[in-house]
Amino acid sequence: MKYETQKVALPFFMVAMALFTLQVLFGLLAATVYAWPNFMAEIMPFNIMRVSHTNLLIVWLLIGFMGSTYYLMPEEAEREIHSPNLAYLQLAIFAFAGAAALVGYQFGIHEGREFLEQPFWVKVLITISFLMFLFNTSMTLLKGRKTAINLVLMLGLWLAAVFWLFAFYNPTNLAVDKLYWWWVVHLWVEGVWELIMASLLGYLLIKMTGVDREVIEKWLYIIVGLALFSGLLGTGHHYYWIGAPSYWQPISSVFSTLEVAPFFAMVVFAFTMFWKGSRNHPNKAAMLWALGCPTIAFFGAGVWGFMHTLSFVNYYTHGTQVTAAHGHLAFYGAYVMLILGIITFAMPQLRRVQPYNQVLNMWGFWVMTSAMCFMTFTLTFAGVVQTHLQRVLGMNFMEVQSQLELFYIMRLGSGLAVAVGAGMLLYSFFGPAREQVPAGGTQMTSGAGSA
Amino acid sequence: MADGLTKSAARNIFYGGSLFFFLLFTAMTAHTHWYMVTTSTDSEGLTESVELGKHVWEENMCINCHSIMGEGAYFAPELGNVWERYGGHENPEAARAGIDAWIRAQPLRIEGRRQMPGYDFTDEEMTGLIDFLEWTDGIDDQDWPPHPAG
Repeated sequence: MKYETQKVALPFFMVAMALFTLQVLFGLLAATVYAWPNFMAEIMPFNIMRVSHTNLLIVWLLIGFMGSTYYLMPEEAEREIHSPNLAYLQLAIFAFAGAAALVGYQFGIHEGREFLEQPFWVKVLITISFLMFLFNTSMTLLKGRKTAINLVLMLGLWLAAVFWLFAFYNPTNLAVDKLYWWWVVHLWVEGVWELIMASLLGYLLIKMTGVDREVIEKWLYIIVGLALFSGLLGTGHHYYWIGAPSYWQPISSVFSTLEVAPFFAMVVFAFTMFWKGSRNHPNKAAMLWALGCPTIAFFGAGVWGFMHTLSFVNYYTHGTQVTAAHGHLAFYGAYVMLILGIITFAMPQLRRVQPYNQVLNMWGFWVMTSAMCFMTFTLTFAGVVQTHLQRVLGMNFMEVQSQLELFYIMRLGSGLAVAVGAGMLLYSFFGPAREQVPAGGTQMTSGAGSA
Repeated sequence: MADGLTKSAARNIFYGGSLFFFLLFTAMTAHTHWYMVTTSTDSEGLTESVELGKHVWEENMCINCHSIMGEGAYFAPELGNVWERYGGHENPEAARAGIDAWIRAQPLRIEGRRQMPGYDFTDEEMTGLIDFLEWTDGIDDQDWPPHPAG
């Protein structure tokens, strides 16, 4: 850690991981209801579990983005954070708003639009906190060195804030409501968040592989270009069946197919830099995350997204468990693994110890990642069966669901495995530091001179 | 990849191209908005009662169990076409009574069956909610879903 104020990131990571834990727990509750429908039915209805699960994810990822930005900005801008106190204050506001929303949900206090359920005043607090964050980091950037990494990152964050404002617009006409609702939801996760993802990944690769910045930053611009060229018009794959004109079907079938390209480019990018690199960075676990994140994102967001994005396929699969399968692996690969990778990279430095508990961290990686893949497979099978029975044969929804029980039980099992993996990972982050170096060094050494 | 491409060229392509696609997307969204208001939805029929119904829909967070036009949770049946499923196109009064009775019968407390919570809607709220579901069923959504089963 070269700059003192990078330590601002630590409380962000701690809060993010606390919320991540809760997210997994609420996911387990919801998965249990799918397997045993009467579970907690009178105490906590399913919709409360689900809103808690999804909102915790969004909030902890945002806090993770903030922490990551505070961590890398001093190194990239080559100056200390503009105001560490402002950072702590905005974290406190954000965490308070998130916690208040979560507690409120348990008592039925919300605005009731999917993912944007936060009560109005919580939305206002989130906006204020995020603007404080943007001010703090932008001031640091303005006075410091401007690199492609920190410029693309800040662009992604600013645009995320701009599109967030559509969350305040709730027209009476349901079709129009949905039209702009996607301006938040899609333009975040399949648009500007990809800018954040690519730049954070680029940062990790610069630090760990030692490949020339010029090369990495050129790749970065190509990737984020592909992301927005495809992702903006790709929004239309959500406009097929909500009362929008039919032209979205051909146009967005093409552009959302192209949405696979930036994810594929990120895989090629990460692995090419890994092989080209000459630096033998001691944090092997972080390298594993930096390679795993684009790989799983490519499958979860890219392949699983493409699977049901063509309009004539989506006509049958829309709103089935196929969507749930895609949603889980896409979020996990693209954003969860990204933040976990940054934390894996940053924690030893924030705690001022050598890379430690690496083997445990990597076990966490494999357990959690394979469990998420298994969960995705079970939901995909459930979705395919559901599509056929319900959309082709026209069988009643509840009858179809009773045919899917086995898949839901297996999904619950994979959820438990995710929880185990998450536990290992959290222990490797925050537990007592014990220096662990993976055995068999050379295969893990990046660079042409190795192996 | 692209060895002939310089970093600044890549940057310019990114900014220029993104702006182009953003403007195109904005124009298409504006046209879609106009199309929705004038063609695919019944703006005339968007009464105060439908508005109240949408409010009831949101206030009770129905979206986190049900889907509407395929969006939401996939825990409970699709409701964008529930009006059709209850035979509303042929016999609106019977559909109305059927949906009303179903909601009022909750919670069913059947062992091994997903349970919907009970809601204490006033008559006005219930009428609004059903009006909202009927209005939503009338949206021209390219004949989705493929089957009335939802």
